[in-house]
Amino acid sequence: MIDQTDTALRSLLNDVLGLGTARAAALTADSGLFGALPELDSMAVAGLLTEIEDRFDVVIEDDEVDGEMLGTYGKLLAFIHAKRGAA
Amino acid sequence: MPATWPCPGPSGLADEYAVLFDRARPLRLLIVPPLFEEMNRTRRMLVETQRLLDGFGVDSMLPDLPGCNESPQAFAAQSLGSWRDAMAAAARHFAATHVLAVRGGALVFPTSLPGWVLEPLKGAAILRQLLRARVLFAKEAGREENSGDLLEHGRNHGLELAGYRLSAALVAGLDAALHEDEGQRVIRLSDLGGSALWLRSEPGEDPVQSAALARLIAGEAAT
Repeated sequence: MIDQTDTALRSLLNDVLGLGTARAAALTADSGLFGALPELDSMAVAGLLTEIEDRFDVVIEDDEVDGEMLGTYGKLLAFIHAKRGAA
Repeated sequence: MPATWPCPGPSGLADEYAVLFDRARPLRLLIVPPLFEEMNRTRRMLVETQRLLDGFGVDSMLPDLPGCNESPQAFAAQSLGSWRDAMAAAARHFAATHVLAVRGGALVFPTSLPGWVLEPLKGAAILRQLLRARVLFAKEAGREENSGDLLEHGRNHGLELAGYRLSAALVAGLDAALHEDEGQRVIRLSDLGGSALWLRSEPGEDPVQSAALARLIAGEAAT
């Protein structure tokens, strides 16, 4: 079964970071995000989180956001899965 | 080509800048740009759309919002009201027949004109993103800030967010604003294809997306 959250998150990262479809598709759970991608500064992270809320219909509190949750693609995906599961 | 237009401001008329494709044709499109960083991110895409509209026989003008881009006015003096007045003045000055409002531009465009709104969003969503960027930036610097407290302070005293000095009126206005709707048609990104250039941290361009937007507007404006 295709994980729609995974597909939508790749598409969102492509929008925010301009990765291109090929690089977005090549992201693995261990791919580094915050701290690894220079494009991902605090303004870009803010945009990313706001779009995540909008596209996945979740609410993210300020204190949930840290380097851990944004550290890798896998961590961010797991965070969204957990949020959606809790909704 | 660049041109200037007289814009009302707190200290009288100011010469504001606009990108113009004007051959005095009957269809004249005013483009109201997004707010804040999204304005810079979409600029190339919008000017490319203008160039293509020119080829389809549609005149267009992309004015600066006062306090933004090349504007001689102070950003800190602006509010949604001043931007609405400015865009209404630009519509009159350029004798616009149609309007395209993009993203946050949907909060301030002249609603008396028929036209289109591209992926509009609420003022609160714009504000939330700016507040979040500030809170994240503070966190990285080892300071604790809180969106709720910042918003409360901003509504009363104004606030510096992402390098912009927002007046108290702008903060309060954004917090409450829904996008204007007088029957203008909402265009979604899925109608155009491609990715959301206004989200991109480095400004990009998408000729296919610009072409789709220009074709859609030229086609619908002519009917």
